[in-house]
Amino acid sequence: MSLPPYARLLGLRIEPNEEGAPVLVMPFGDKVMGRPGFVHGGAIGGLVEMAAVAALRHALGDEGATIKPINLTTDFMRGGKDGDTRAAGHVVRLGTRIANVEAFAWQEDRNRPIAAARINFLLAR
Amino acid sequence: MAPIPFHPEQFLTRTQAHHGGILGIGYRAHGPDWAELDLPWKPELVGDETSGVLASGPIVALMDMATSVAVWMKRGGFVPHATLDLRVDYLRPARSGETVIGRGECYRLTRAIAFVRGIAHDGDPDDPVAHVAGTFMSTGLKP
Repeated sequence: MSLPPYARLLGLRIEPNEEGAPVLVMPFGDKVMGRPGFVHGGAIGGLVEMAAVAALRHALGDEGATIKPINLTTDFMRGGKDGDTRAAGHVVRLGTRIANVEAFAWQEDRNRPIAAARINFLLAR
Repeated sequence: MAPIPFHPEQFLTRTQAHHGGILGIGYRAHGPDWAELDLPWKPELVGDETSGVLASGPIVALMDMATSVAVWMKRGGFVPHATLDLRVDYLRPARSGETVIGRGECYRLTRAIAFVRGIAHDGDPDDPVAHVAGTFMSTGLKP
């Protein structure tokens, strides 16, 4: 799976995950920092959306569908601190035209998310 | 803490090392309860290489900042706050090569919570690329 230029700007890498949807990792640094010492909400929003797209591509498998985001709702639950932020998506429903995907971002503990997002995608296939 | 007055133009210099500066987000205008920022198109911000369309992440960042500044304008200055939630409806793709303008408005302020809305467009405010709604919680004022 290749990542677009914006994902490279965020410094994202894909962590292999044989079990299911890929986990994306965003290292901490000036590029993703908002207020000093904390990850910018926009960078977290970008990360969770990329994780949702990655989960959807994983669910679609070899099928080459065009994916267009319709909307994104992000809840910010905790500040993202100095350290890696990880995110993974989960396809709640994969329809013919619409996919409903949720995604979570976390730092040390996957059970303590820093952000949660719901994204609806339009599929053209 | 009391709100710290500031001019958003000094705050948004496009050259800062943080996320907004890396994206190239800059100041355009502001009023008593709104702020307008812009995001010039850059190849590094592209989300779809075949079309050259901007990724949605930078638009989230632009609107998070435009609505944040709108809150500070309505509060009379900077007060630390955290984004509680932000919803973005992607109405259409932004045109490749075009600057995206984000206008955020704070339409209701309580002691703890600020309610915001905004649009992003690429030249014509009547034909927006995105619509946003969200809330912020102030973390610096006593409840």
